[in-house]
Amino acid sequence: MLTFDNVCFQYDSEDFSIIDHLSFTVKQGEFVSVIGASGCGKSTVFRLVNKLLTPSSGEILVDGKNIQGLKSYCGYMPQHDLLFPWRTVKENVKLPMEIVGGYTRAEMDEKAEHALESVGLKDWGNKAPRELSGGMRQRAAFARTVLTGSDLLLLDEPFSALDYLTRLSMREWLLEQWEREQKTVLFITHDVEEAVFLSSRILVAEESPITYLKSIEVPAGYPRTREELKRPEIVELKEQLIGMLRRKTA
Amino acid sequence: MKKGMRNPNLPAAILVFALLMVWQGAAMGIDAAYILPSPVQVLVRLWELREPLFKAHLPATMSVVAVGLLISVVLGLGLAVLMDVSETAEKALYPLIIASQTIPTTALAPLFVLWFGYTIWSKVLVTVLITFFPITITVFDGFKSVKKEMEELLFTFGADKRQIFFKLKVPAVLPCFFSAIKMAVPLSIIGAAIGEWLGAQSGLGYFSRRMMTQLDGAGVFAPILLLSVAAMVFVAFVSALEKRLIHWRSDL
Repeated sequence: MLTFDNVCFQYDSEDFSIIDHLSFTVKQGEFVSVIGASGCGKSTVFRLVNKLLTPSSGEILVDGKNIQGLKSYCGYMPQHDLLFPWRTVKENVKLPMEIVGGYTRAEMDEKAEHALESVGLKDWGNKAPRELSGGMRQRAAFARTVLTGSDLLLLDEPFSALDYLTRLSMREWLLEQWEREQKTVLFITHDVEEAVFLSSRILVAEESPITYLKSIEVPAGYPRTREELKRPEIVELKEQLIGMLRRKTA
Repeated sequence: MKKGMRNPNLPAAILVFALLMVWQGAAMGIDAAYILPSPVQVLVRLWELREPLFKAHLPATMSVVAVGLLISVVLGLGLAVLMDVSETAEKALYPLIIASQTIPTTALAPLFVLWFGYTIWSKVLVTVLITFFPITITVFDGFKSVKKEMEELLFTFGADKRQIFFKLKVPAVLPCFFSAIKMAVPLSIIGAAIGEWLGAQSGLGYFSRRMMTQLDGAGVFAPILLLSVAAMVFVAFVSALEKRLIHWRSDL
């Protein structure tokens, strides 16, 4: 689905490559989290995938094709919902379709309404974004991301600005969405528990600059409940991950 | 609104009334209308002069304001958009636009009369020179403060520059545009009045100056009162329009 092949990237302001000959692969339908301490370059990985940055060498492939020649191959969901305040929730959700074009107004309305219904915001389409709670706004932003129509979703710490309890329920909600939509998800977080709960596999940015991502399978199937987080092997995995990240920041 | 304060404009109204009382008292004390006419004398004079003021001079000034404001909006927006689209244009124009405001337009205005004669254009030029500036700068700053993340989000959806401009920048800059217009309206009226003061055959500025030569203090104030009421009405209209169109100012 997504392949990094010897990718390097260097910021103009720095004298080293923050991403240095990085290779990894994400398979179709996986839920993969990238974790790492802040500033390690995990967001840079994301910005390379959605073409906000261009690698200085190496190739990034989606479904075997170089992304430089692709359009609408990934849906990006930023940390803040970034709903446009001058648009209603539904108009916001329609935005990616307006940009890509090729839909009639009726088609866009139908898809937007359907997407809002599936994220539990059926009756909220005509409200202004400010009338929604933080969790609802993120759900609307997720609906917008899904409506980019791409199979690869990039979620960049989408719940980090929410309060703890909302975050817990948003995690469970996201897993339901993922199982239903059959998308491939690449998820950035610095929250180890979140990564363990959500992912089928975790990529750890152990070192900065990033030369490799250590891949760790999560020993649990889907559907998942919070109860499973208490299983000894999961607890051990959590501790192991925290240990890996700690060592780096120390 | 707080309880027990039915009209939010009440404090301002009380203050204005108090100041008018002080003015009236001072004017009555000085008792020389050619130096300081009292508010009552000004109102009386406004009524006496209503024919020429409302039929000839107010329309003359308002046409200068309308034409000047229109040109200023087009020019101001045009420059702001140009500077936003092209960095080269920004680097070339921005210092020039700032420098243009250091020119004492008032001192140059008599020259404009030589160029354009007593036509509307000498006054329009003064108006435009002092009015386009706040529009350009405010709108340009508005463009600059559009959230980078929102631009990037649209980019990841595959948006081109034109789509980013119309779907994001235009709506995002609207509040700034209204602020700019609210600043520009009084300035354009001042510009028109200055233009007329310096060389014209009609208009409220011209009329005020003619009354000065006749030592008619109240006659000087009457057209000025009219000018400032016109500005207030215009700004109130723009504010009402803004309220209808922009319900999300604080959410960005």
